[in-house]
Amino acid sequence: MSTNYSSRCRSERITAFTLETLLALSAAISIFVTVGVLYVLISKTWDFFQEIPFSSFFLDTKWTPLFETKRFGIWSLVTGSLLVTFVAMITAAPLGVLAAIYLSEFANRKIRRVLKPLLELLAGIPTVVYGYFALTIVTPALMHIIPQLNGFNALSPGIVMGFMLVPTISSLCEDAIYKTPRYLKEAAYSLGARKMSTIFLVVLPYARSTIIAALFLAFARAIGETMIVAIAAGLKPNLTLDVREPIQTMTAYIVQVSMGDTPQQSIEYLTIFAVGTMLFLLTFIFHSISKLILRSRFSVTPL
Amino acid sequence: MKAITDQDYLSETKGKSERALLDSAFIARDERRAQLIERAFGFLCLIATFLPLCILAFLIGDTVISGLQRINLAFILGFPSRFAASAGIFPALVGTFYLMTLTMTIALPLGVASAIYLEEYAKDSWFKRLIELNVTNLAGVPSIIFGLLGLELFVRILGLGQSLMAGALTLSLLILPVVITATREALKSVPNNLREAGLALGGSKVSVILRVVLPLSMSQITTGAILAIARAIGESAPLIVIGAATYLAFIPTDLLSEFSALPLQIFQWVERPQADFVDNASGAIVVLLLVLAIFNATAAWLRHRQEKNRGSL
Repeated sequence: MSTNYSSRCRSERITAFTLETLLALSAAISIFVTVGVLYVLISKTWDFFQEIPFSSFFLDTKWTPLFETKRFGIWSLVTGSLLVTFVAMITAAPLGVLAAIYLSEFANRKIRRVLKPLLELLAGIPTVVYGYFALTIVTPALMHIIPQLNGFNALSPGIVMGFMLVPTISSLCEDAIYKTPRYLKEAAYSLGARKMSTIFLVVLPYARSTIIAALFLAFARAIGETMIVAIAAGLKPNLTLDVREPIQTMTAYIVQVSMGDTPQQSIEYLTIFAVGTMLFLLTFIFHSISKLILRSRFSVTPL
Repeated sequence: MKAITDQDYLSETKGKSERALLDSAFIARDERRAQLIERAFGFLCLIATFLPLCILAFLIGDTVISGLQRINLAFILGFPSRFAASAGIFPALVGTFYLMTLTMTIALPLGVASAIYLEEYAKDSWFKRLIELNVTNLAGVPSIIFGLLGLELFVRILGLGQSLMAGALTLSLLILPVVITATREALKSVPNNLREAGLALGGSKVSVILRVVLPLSMSQITTGAILAIARAIGESAPLIVIGAATYLAFIPTDLLSEFSALPLQIFQWVERPQADFVDNASGAIVVLLLVLAIFNATAAWLRHRQEKNRGSL
C-alpha cells in the first residue's frame, strides 16, 4: 500500500515536472522569435554589405536598386517614412490628447462607455482598408483643396494614418489623466482655478510623461505601418519634404519587391533585409523609449 | 492741514467706489471671457473626439454604398478573373478561413501555455524577466518584419514554400504577444484565495490550474483570442512578404498548397488602375468588415456577459 502510494507520488511529481518544462518551453518561444528576427535581419544585412559598401548606403541620395543603374542611398526611403509619419503625428497628436481630455474630464460615465470602444474601432480597421480610403476617397477630396496634389502623395496616407493612431494615443493618455490624484485637482479648484486651468496646470503636467510615451509609441507604429503607404503614397523614392509629391517608404519598398519575382540571393532580394533592419532599428528605438518612460513613471513620486 | 472737508472725503470715496465698480465690470468681462474660452475648449475636445469617428463613419458608409452594389452570390462564390465584372472572392474567403483556423490552432495553445507559465509557475527570475521583455518588444515589431522572418525561416529554411502553413506560422508569431498578454490578464483576474482554497483541499497545482483557474478565466481568454484573430484577419503585409498569392484560381487543398486571403485580394484590386476593379475592392472590403464586425461583436458580447457574472465571483 505504502509503496504504491509513494510511486504514485513520484509519477505525479514527474508529470508535474514535465508539464512545467513544457510550459516553460512554450514561454521561451518568444525568446526564439526575437533571436530569429535578429538572426534573419543581421545575416542578410551582412550579405548585403558584402556587396554594397557602407558609404553608398548611407551617403548616396538616390535609391534605385530595381533600375539598370543601381544606387543604394537609404535616406530617400527613410525621409519618405519620416515624412508620412510626421503628417500622421500632426494629425493624431492633438486629436488623441484632446479626445483623452474629453473622455476623462468632460464626458460623463455613460458617454465614455459608448465612446471608448468606438474610438478603439479606429485601430481595428484593417490597414489595407485605410489604404483604400486614402487612395480612392481622401486623395480626390484633398485635390479639390490643393490642386497641385499628386495622385500619390505623402499627405493623404499621413492624415488617414493619423486617424488610425488616435486610439493608440488617447487610450494611454486617458488612463494617465484619469489617474491624476483627486486631491491635486481639488487643491487647484479650492484655489479658485477653473476647469481649464486645472487641466493645463495640474492634470496635463501630471500625465506629461505618459503623453510623451504615447506619442513615441504612435511614432513607432507609424514608421512600421505598411499597407496605407504602399497603396496611397506611391512607389517613387524621393528625397523631399514636399507632402504633395509621391514618395516611397521603407515598408512600401519591401512590399514592392515582394510583389515582384526577385530571385533569391540577388542583390534586390537582399535589399529588403537591409531596409528591414533599418526599419527595425528605428521602430525599436522609439518603442523602447516609450516603454522606458512608461516604466519609470511610477518609480518617481510626482510632486 | 485740517482742511479736509466732508466734500473732499465724499469725492474721494466716490472715486473709490467708481474704481471698484469699474474693477468689478472688468472682472465680470474677464469672467465672461474666461467662461467663453472654457466652453470653447470643452467644445474643441468634443470635436477632437467625434471628428475621427465621423470621418470613419463617412468613409465606411461611402465604401459600403459602392460595395453593396457589387456584392451578389456570384461575387462571393466566384474566382478571380481578368474581367472585373466576373471576378469573385471565393478563394480569398476560403483562404482567410483556413488561415485563421490554422493560426489559432498554433497560436492559442502556445500563447495560453506561455501565459500559464508566466503567471502560475515562473518565480521572479531573470528567465521570467527575459521572456516578459521579449513579449513587450515583439508587440512593438512592425508586422512586415514578421513577414521577413517568415520568408527566410518558414518559406526558405524549413522549405514550406509560399504555403498556407508558412502563412499561418508567420501570423501565429505575430499574434503570439497579443494572446499571451490577454491570457495573463485573464489569469490575473482569478482571485488568489480561490487558488489557495483548491490547494487547501489537497488539489495539486496542476489540478488547481485545470479545474479552478482555467475554467474561471476561460471566457476572458476566449475574448482575447477572438480579438487576436480579428487582428490577424486584417493583416496583409506579412503575407505579401512571404509571397502569398494575390491571384488564385483554385481553393487551397492542403497545408502546403498556395493560398490567398481577403486583404490580399483587396490590395491587388486597389492597385489596379481600372475603376471596375476598385469597385470589386469595395465589395471585398464590405465582406471583410462584416467578418470583423461579427468577431468584434462576439467579443463585446462575451465581455458584457463576463462583467455581469463578475459579481457572483
